[in-house]
Amino acid sequence: MDKPAAKRRFRLSYLLLVIPYVAMMWVPYYNRLDPQIAGVPFFYWYQLAWIVLGAVLLLPAYFAVTRGDRS
Amino acid sequence: MSLNPVAVTIFLILFVFVTVLGFAASRWRSGDLNHLHEWGLGGRRFGTLVTWFLLGGDLYTAYTFVAVPALMFGAGAMGFFAVPYTVLVYPLMFAVFPRLWAVAHAKGYVTAADFVRGRFGSRGLALAVAITGIVATMPYIALQLVGMEVVLAGLGIPMTITIFGVPVPDAPLLIAFVVLAAYTYNSGLRAPAMIAVVKDALLYITVLAAVIIIPAELGGYTKIFASVDPKSLLLAGGTPRNLGQQAAYATLGLGSALALLLYPHSMTGLLSSSSKRAVQRNAVILPAYSFALGLIALLGFMAVAAGVKAMPEFADGFKTFGNNFAVPALFLHSFPAWFVGVAFAAIAIGALVPAAIMSIACANLFTRNIYKEFLNPGASTRQETDVAKIVSLVVKLGALFFIIELPTQYAIQLQLLGGIWIIQTLPAVVLGLYTRWLHPRALLIGWIAGISAGTWMAYLNAFKSSTFALNILGTVVPCYAAFSALILNIVVSVVLSAIFNTLFNSARIDATAAEDYA
Repeated sequence: MDKPAAKRRFRLSYLLLVIPYVAMMWVPYYNRLDPQIAGVPFFYWYQLAWIVLGAVLLLPAYFAVTRGDRS
Repeated sequence: MSLNPVAVTIFLILFVFVTVLGFAASRWRSGDLNHLHEWGLGGRRFGTLVTWFLLGGDLYTAYTFVAVPALMFGAGAMGFFAVPYTVLVYPLMFAVFPRLWAVAHAKGYVTAADFVRGRFGSRGLALAVAITGIVATMPYIALQLVGMEVVLAGLGIPMTITIFGVPVPDAPLLIAFVVLAAYTYNSGLRAPAMIAVVKDALLYITVLAAVIIIPAELGGYTKIFASVDPKSLLLAGGTPRNLGQQAAYATLGLGSALALLLYPHSMTGLLSSSSKRAVQRNAVILPAYSFALGLIALLGFMAVAAGVKAMPEFADGFKTFGNNFAVPALFLHSFPAWFVGVAFAAIAIGALVPAAIMSIACANLFTRNIYKEFLNPGASTRQETDVAKIVSLVVKLGALFFIIELPTQYAIQLQLLGGIWIIQTLPAVVLGLYTRWLHPRALLIGWIAGISAGTWMAYLNAFKSSTFALNILGTVVPCYAAFSALILNIVVSVVLSAIFNTLFNSARIDATAAEDYA
């Protein structure tokens, strides 16, 4: 792989790390009860779901750096 | 409360088991424990999995597991800020801390203050960072004892025990801490790393059981949420003139996330891992604990639904510990006695792990950045390690004294202040990883400004709350005091750096080179 492409992928993947900050800091968006899941209000399951999503969003950056380690 | 023999027996068996582990840990992946990085950083040899257990036991403390649901129990939705807080920690850990790991590894740094000393060549700034770390951590250790006190009371273990005819107040706490101090002294960071594995296994079992069994007993999540006062189920909405609780919630989450990784015990945990990739892998897998914490937070609502506060058998506990007794009461009410023993052991052992790591982190700071820097510059590695071991004892004794002699309220208030203080090291430690443009004197003045402003805001709140309402262009913005004080700190540091860099000869000594960070 040529270097600029790798670098761009690296940068793009790090940009994903900003998304959880937007999702968590924008409180008015999730400060509501509906829709509920199995009786759990939106406010609660939305934030719990972001624990998982936050971890998933780290994966592209992780694979980008480990690919860099190998080459 | 009456003694619960089955629960106490299970509890004691688990406690003795981890004590044996703690002492045996010195032989684990053994190194020369006369070196500070061996005793105080486990030889920087912890792989991904051990680091996961260690940091999990370190960052998600017993006090967290008691206090977060207690806050939900008392205040509702506001207590859930622990979730955005833990979501926001990991992108930061992933992006920033591998750099710190790399430079610490290249230069043999053991503490954040070591790095600041090397990067900016300023003893004063390094001292400020070290003292902030020690002072912020002390009340945190003391609070771990509160977590332990609550479960001991829940088990019905009397706090005053007669030993050889002499009544000893707080004897169980004393014994637990003496044991803890002994194996920390003996094994260093390897002890909490090994114990953390047991603690975390117990913790996951407890959480899993709690979120399955308790809602089933209470008739499902719909009923649980329905039993909570509808007003506290969501944050109070803002108005154009006052952003209200939502602004406080967002800044509490972000500010706490920024502060967490700056705490000395986080540094110790991160720097003890064997590679920067191990740090990054942990940023991906540590959210498993966050999920457990999120579920534990909901236990606060389950305690409301179960109505434990009105039950006469728990009246004493609530009277002594306030809402911190909500989760222990819920467990006693919902679980069979033997499982209460398991769950309470998870909390009590969960207090030992962070208490050990925090005292080691304080010891590292004192030894490296105060003793070796100012008192005995020629100290040998052996002397260094001996001092660290003794300081780890002194720190724990201090915490014990604190909890036994002073009202718990002081420890809680000091810990609140600790968060406001520790975040003020961010410009030197985190921004310092990316640039040496900042002037050390400017950083020091920024630090003073941030600490003073933050402490002043907490004082105006009578140290009861960490959110302080700012008036920005006619709009009231309730904001986490640590966060607003940090903004001030950064502005002061940047503006003064611009001035100092032009005024003074800016030739400074930077012991680190660009390649040390890669």
